[in-house]
Amino acid sequence: MSSSRSSMRWAVASGAVGAAILAASAALAQAGDAPRFGFGRVATPQEIAGWDIDVRPDGHGVRKGKGTARQGQEIYDAKCASCHGTFGESNNYMVIAGGVTPEDLKTGRAASLKKGEVRTVGTKLNYATTLWDYINRAMPWTAPQSLSVDEVYAVTAYVLHLNEIVPEDFELSDQNILNVQMPNRNGMTTDHGMRSVSGKPDVQGTLCMKDCVKEVKIASELPPFARNAHGNLAEQKRPLGPMRGIDTTRYEAGKAGAVKVAAAAPAAAAAGPTPQDVIKARACTACHAVAAKVVGPSFQEVGSKYASRGDAATYLVDKMKGGGVGVWGQVPMPAQPALTDAEAQAVAKWILGGAK
Amino acid sequence: MRNEKTISRGRILPAPENHLTAEAVAAVRRSRRGFMQSAAGAALAGVAGGAVAQGTAKAEPPNVAPWTRSLGPGVATLGYGVPSKFEASVQRRESPGLTRTSQSSVSFTPLQNLFGIITPSGLHFERHHSGMPEVDPEQHRLMINGMVRRPLILTMDDIMRFPSVSRIHFIECGANSGMEWGNVAVPTVQFTHGMLACSEFTGVLLSTLLEEAGVDRKNARFILAEGADGSALTRTVPLDMALNDVMVVYGQNGEMLRPENGYPLRLLVPGVQGVSSVKWLRRIEVGDKPWNAREESLHYIDLMPDGTHRQYSSVQEVKSVITTPSGGQKLLDKGFYEITGLAWSGRGRVKRVDVSTDGGRSWRTATLQEPVLTKALTRFRIDWKWDGSPAFLQSRAVDETGHVQPTFGALRAVRGTRSIYHNNAIQTWNVQANGEVWNVQLA
Repeated sequence: MSSSRSSMRWAVASGAVGAAILAASAALAQAGDAPRFGFGRVATPQEIAGWDIDVRPDGHGVRKGKGTARQGQEIYDAKCASCHGTFGESNNYMVIAGGVTPEDLKTGRAASLKKGEVRTVGTKLNYATTLWDYINRAMPWTAPQSLSVDEVYAVTAYVLHLNEIVPEDFELSDQNILNVQMPNRNGMTTDHGMRSVSGKPDVQGTLCMKDCVKEVKIASELPPFARNAHGNLAEQKRPLGPMRGIDTTRYEAGKAGAVKVAAAAPAAAAAGPTPQDVIKARACTACHAVAAKVVGPSFQEVGSKYASRGDAATYLVDKMKGGGVGVWGQVPMPAQPALTDAEAQAVAKWILGGAK
Repeated sequence: MRNEKTISRGRILPAPENHLTAEAVAAVRRSRRGFMQSAAGAALAGVAGGAVAQGTAKAEPPNVAPWTRSLGPGVATLGYGVPSKFEASVQRRESPGLTRTSQSSVSFTPLQNLFGIITPSGLHFERHHSGMPEVDPEQHRLMINGMVRRPLILTMDDIMRFPSVSRIHFIECGANSGMEWGNVAVPTVQFTHGMLACSEFTGVLLSTLLEEAGVDRKNARFILAEGADGSALTRTVPLDMALNDVMVVYGQNGEMLRPENGYPLRLLVPGVQGVSSVKWLRRIEVGDKPWNAREESLHYIDLMPDGTHRQYSSVQEVKSVITTPSGGQKLLDKGFYEITGLAWSGRGRVKRVDVSTDGGRSWRTATLQEPVLTKALTRFRIDWKWDGSPAFLQSRAVDETGHVQPTFGALRAVRGTRSIYHNNAIQTWNVQANGEVWNVQLA
């Protein structure tokens, strides 16, 4: 496209409707203002509004709206608790709540971080706007950007309440979100040398070449029970050259050991994705494990429950693709529209075969 | 501490030729002629370990290999080639137990199997926060908004029309080596250092795009980069950095970006922790303050011993690691070895790498393989003769600013053990008398 045409579009977009030609020539006349290439087009305010969702601690981008912690609890229990736990304690995902003391709220420093033991949204985060921004852009994990602005305020309020930062009846809104006093609001520093290339390093090594240490002592090494925990190392090194990978199967944990072996064997993938590949790729494993209950029942439990049912495979395929709630508990399983029929059938067959 | 009594010095290990399958042995035994032909090899092997015959007798001289006596498939059998089937051990891998699901996880580059400085695109480590989106390049758009005179929407066609640059840079996750802050936790260089890759990237300088949009140089101080994945991941980049060497990238190692590394468009912030090189880039906003995004206030912040977190700790400091020999490997014999590894710095070029084989008592300076590029991996090499006694291999890099890679002790004295991020300590591999190499940390 020619540069005059694109200048015209910019002029239109900036509001000079009806004087496009005039504006275009004016834009060209302004040295340094004209675009050098003229590629692309001007983003309209509506387009920007659709994508420009970021919220900053200084109030930039804060959206008009409100929601109470009580309202938030309902949404949280339905859409968040399955991963983050009813009380924010989390099923191995980012822990939402815990570790905050009334003293922390006063000082703005989460004391538990000194011990490093309690790293939660409550103890780490410095601004409530960041919590709002993240829930708004990325949660719920399987359906990001599906909550309304008011719902995001409500869920944010509830997460703040789970951390005992605001009371149960608190209403969070664009009017008060900047005033929320987070327990770790004074816990961050930018006073260090890693912000830019010219920053001064805080740790410097030495260039000693001879007699640098008196004694060489091993302080830490991998205990034998952990040596096969990343899979057989013999299969992870190319079997050529002056070294081989160590056969670590001799360290394989016995029944008592509970060391998990990586399932990611470098087997040829010529036969197409296995049911195990599918459950991983389609995020089923976020809530279901093979043998143990996580959020939902284990695959083996499901298999034994339905094995004798005549239409079991069809039933499971429908459940996988359409979602459901109430059979195994009150935590809903989201629909999986991306799952293909072939994938769903393969997984159903695998489940009904004992999920092995 | 290792018990000295258990160390048997100078044990000679079988040569690789002796690793025979039962079938190979049987085949040789069946054929008296084959057995006689391989007598020389057997005698040689006998010196090393006492095996009866050499391996794969069918292909070794004086026999002629089956692939020499047949016609192979034609060209373009594979329109887009893949590695040999014999390379199946070379894989990206997850670290078991590190993350709950593979959608928010990391896979590690198998550094122990790589040569030179370029990481094959299919082996570049992966870090997703909400899985890997399949972005349609025709529908993909890059928006540039905020403190600019002309907020822009660019198609891939538009972006690929701008003047381009190709540059070789590393990408290292800020959490690389993060599992090792407190103690040894993982066995191989793939897991200690494999959130590291280096590629030739092709794209447009971000400064070109920001100039085109009319960036407000007087008032703007930062940019925000945002991904098009489900996490819509955001990171703040200082404007002076953004206008310096940051790229908007579509090409990697001669091909388009792979989906797992941001297809069709990603940011590249050279020398800075990988999370800033936002994948599936959909938006750049120019602003006057940092954003304090989730990935710069809840994660990717460094916990210090006094309980404060260092925020916006971006630069990947000088670091190196020996990749050959390295943890989880077994040296097959005594004698000559080439020790080789990688060195890098987010502050510029690597100036020098020293190597110790005695746990840091003494050091020798290694040879740097050209090219030595800024904010890129640099390959180093040094000769070593293994005498069969236990050894402790270490490497120590120095960058052009004079920053010297520290020991674990020096690093922990300042930063403690709970930082997670930015562990650039000297790595130690313990070569045991039986030839096995294990990951250790020294007192």
